[in-house]
Amino acid sequence: MKLTHIIPLLTLATAVYAAPQTFDFKDPKGVNNAVFKLDAPLESINGSASGISGTVSFDPENPSATAGKIVVASDSLTVPNPMQKEHLHSANWLDTAKYPEITFEAKSLANVKTDANITTADATGTFTLHGVSKELTVPIKLTFLKDKLSARVPNLKGDLLVIRANFVINREDFNIQKGQYEDKVSPTIDLSLSIAGASPAK
Amino acid sequence: MKRILQILAMLMLLAAGTTWLVTGANRGWTKTSVAVKTLDPVTEIEGITYQKKFLPGVDFLGAAFGGAALFAGASFFFRNKQRQTTRQ
Repeated sequence: MKLTHIIPLLTLATAVYAAPQTFDFKDPKGVNNAVFKLDAPLESINGSASGISGTVSFDPENPSATAGKIVVASDSLTVPNPMQKEHLHSANWLDTAKYPEITFEAKSLANVKTDANITTADATGTFTLHGVSKELTVPIKLTFLKDKLSARVPNLKGDLLVIRANFVINREDFNIQKGQYEDKVSPTIDLSLSIAGASPAK
Repeated sequence: MKRILQILAMLMLLAAGTTWLVTGANRGWTKTSVAVKTLDPVTEIEGITYQKKFLPGVDFLGAAFGGAALFAGASFFFRNKQRQTTRQ
């Protein structure tokens, strides 16, 4: 084979290898979760949401080009106290019937640092909660697990991408009981996202 | 009747206090489920599931104290039985 034939083939192979992969965050194992915490006088209100979906485009060769959208189903938010859960879902607080989704759509990454398979960055995007959209910059950690999909889902080859993010939002910014009950429930909400997405090999 | 109400109040207090202590003396709100964390070995994500479990809190104790106070208060509306004494 001539060199003139090899070069285009190598270029094509590199392009295919370097192409961004799409990771689906609908986890069949149900492990993906978003944890929230609000301080309150007697004890903090701790809960989690498991209804997570969305897709993220990630290129292991170029992590700074990462973009995508993560969706949390509002009605999957759970707290161990049934009355608190009822209040949380009610029209007075999150109004999950009217606003069924909480979303974060990442548009750009800054301060990207990659060490082996781990990338840290500040993701800027649109966070939508309770029908209100705000631009947020969130510190994220991406862990690329090459060929690890089969370890989670037998007979399915591919890669995994783990995303972790911890950030704080102000409920007033999203019109959630603005200026109300601040002595009973903290105006800030701590959010922690731990999710894994799968990209099956084609 | 007075005595019955007082005994009911005492039993209510004892039962609630014992239940609260036995289930771990939870000083928060009453819970009907508890979060159970399991580590996914591949992704190292801590998955959270909820197991149904009744965990009485201070509101449960408060309700029991309130109920006991009602019974005890109601007992004051009843008079003691007059003891019949026979003199010879």
